[in-house]
Amino acid sequence: MRHEKYFSLKNLTFLIIIIALIFFPYVADSRTLTILMTQIFIFSILAMSYDILLGYTGIVSFGHAMFFGIGAYTTAILLSTYNNTMMIFLISIIVGMIFAGIVSFLVGLLTLRLKSHFFAMLTLAISGLFLVVAEKWRTVTKGNDGFTFRAPDVFRDRVIFYFFVLVCLVVVFLVLRRFVNSPLGKVLIAVRENEQRTRSLGFRTLHYKVTASVVAGVVASLSGSLYAISLRFVNTSVMSMDITLDALLMTIIGGVGTLIGPIVGSLVIETAQHYLSGLANDYPIFERWIIFFGMLYILAVIFFPKGIVGTVYVKYLTWKSKKAKPQLPTQSVPLVKDKERFE
Amino acid sequence: MMNSLLNLDQLQTHIGQYHILQGIQFEAIEGEVSVLLGRNGAGKTTTLKTIMGLTPASHGKVIYDGQDITKRKPYDIANLGIGYVPEDQGIFKDLTVEENMKVAIRKETDEVYEKQAYILELFPDLKKFWKKAGGHLSGGQKQMLSMARAFVNDSKLLLIDEPSKGLAPIVVEKVMEAITEMKKKTTIILVEQNFIMASRIGDTYTLIDDGKTVHSGSMAELIGDEELKRKYLGIG
Repeated sequence: MRHEKYFSLKNLTFLIIIIALIFFPYVADSRTLTILMTQIFIFSILAMSYDILLGYTGIVSFGHAMFFGIGAYTTAILLSTYNNTMMIFLISIIVGMIFAGIVSFLVGLLTLRLKSHFFAMLTLAISGLFLVVAEKWRTVTKGNDGFTFRAPDVFRDRVIFYFFVLVCLVVVFLVLRRFVNSPLGKVLIAVRENEQRTRSLGFRTLHYKVTASVVAGVVASLSGSLYAISLRFVNTSVMSMDITLDALLMTIIGGVGTLIGPIVGSLVIETAQHYLSGLANDYPIFERWIIFFGMLYILAVIFFPKGIVGTVYVKYLTWKSKKAKPQLPTQSVPLVKDKERFE
Repeated sequence: MMNSLLNLDQLQTHIGQYHILQGIQFEAIEGEVSVLLGRNGAGKTTTLKTIMGLTPASHGKVIYDGQDITKRKPYDIANLGIGYVPEDQGIFKDLTVEENMKVAIRKETDEVYEKQAYILELFPDLKKFWKKAGGHLSGGQKQMLSMARAFVNDSKLLLIDEPSKGLAPIVVEKVMEAITEMKKKTTIILVEQNFIMASRIGDTYTLIDDGKTVHSGSMAELIGDEELKRKYLGIG
């Protein structure tokens, strides 16, 4: 039975994709494509972190870029202040994650008591506050101009950085999948569906929402650190609303509450941005590529209201239910005795 | 000796600008089924929500098992051993039947799992659709799941809001059977529009009209009082 579980179609597909991604830099043999794929992985991590909020807990945050920016600035500042060694880089990731965790905990405690739209507005305001601090604290951040820094020497080879980010993506995906499938993850889904009902079942929903916020903030900080390394440059744009909107759209277009969806969304959006802007060299009309990009969003929302992965999954379930035979009423029920607690 | 488990003393509740409950006087005796009756909009559901802390009381007191729980939060009230089956069933549609049950279990003990097995005997449909998402269940199955979730814990008091609403007669029979079983182990406050069902299960009644308690007594008395039934329930 356990073998059946580990060699399921889902896990096999997952393995094939990983193998294909491992060989990708050698097969594609294109620096541009390798960099593009690295960006896709980084934004996939960011979008997955957003999915924990939006898809699993039902929280719409307009301040997610704040955590991305915390990670990016922490890595850039530490690497430019100290040596550009791998050790400092890893320490910067951890420091960024801890800082983001503390900030998301405090922001969560302050804001998550509010109703959704008030919460969204407050996160936007707090994120704006962080952006102003980054702009004005010029001695450290160099303001809007930003600053360049040296990444660890090992990352001069883009392929090595590609693999580093790929490993981060796979680890984050597996950890978040475990998280959303845990009893705590199920309570988050319950909160998303009916918070009042979850409270009347005995759960202090605020604690669960803050936990989700901290997990999302910490993961977003990791993606920020990786993003800074990929550019070897950081400025206040890492804390801008555009980053939050990108994460939101990647999650919506890919499919909320699926984890795979944000990865697909990131692939679609990053690829579309790359190629649509590139077409401007040959076709002047694509100088206004952002208009086509907007049309792409509208079409995606009309034809894939549950996102790409969500729509495919619903169609798969419909097909499966048509195919499946009715279950016998005498089917045995596994008695749950794993003693896992929800709190 | 009859022990009072829950006492509502001149309970008043405002929802926004509306004064919904204007003086509810009510007592639930341990081991009995107390039925709240009244016309639509009388304040029966709000009374249950106020007991659960979902719509906090503006005046009056809710005394449960000797302690004042008027200002307590819903999660505290639930953890004191009060189970709630809301009118809309409150099923988590994206969670399976199994996960819905797991989320509801307050403390995992062998007794709770024995009780779960007992409940699944009581509601074989839940056993049949154990791995199915809550959103894919029929109205009756959702009602069964909602009641099973409340019943699986060792609740001292169960608040059940209109369990027969919108269900086919055959399912209503099933729900009644389940409540009769629950009655052997716990105290129940039942809100029910279906008077036939209420009169068969209930031991006592409380009539609510315009947010106030207007009458209470034993169910046997109400069954024989045509005048009262006609005046407040529009039947008879």
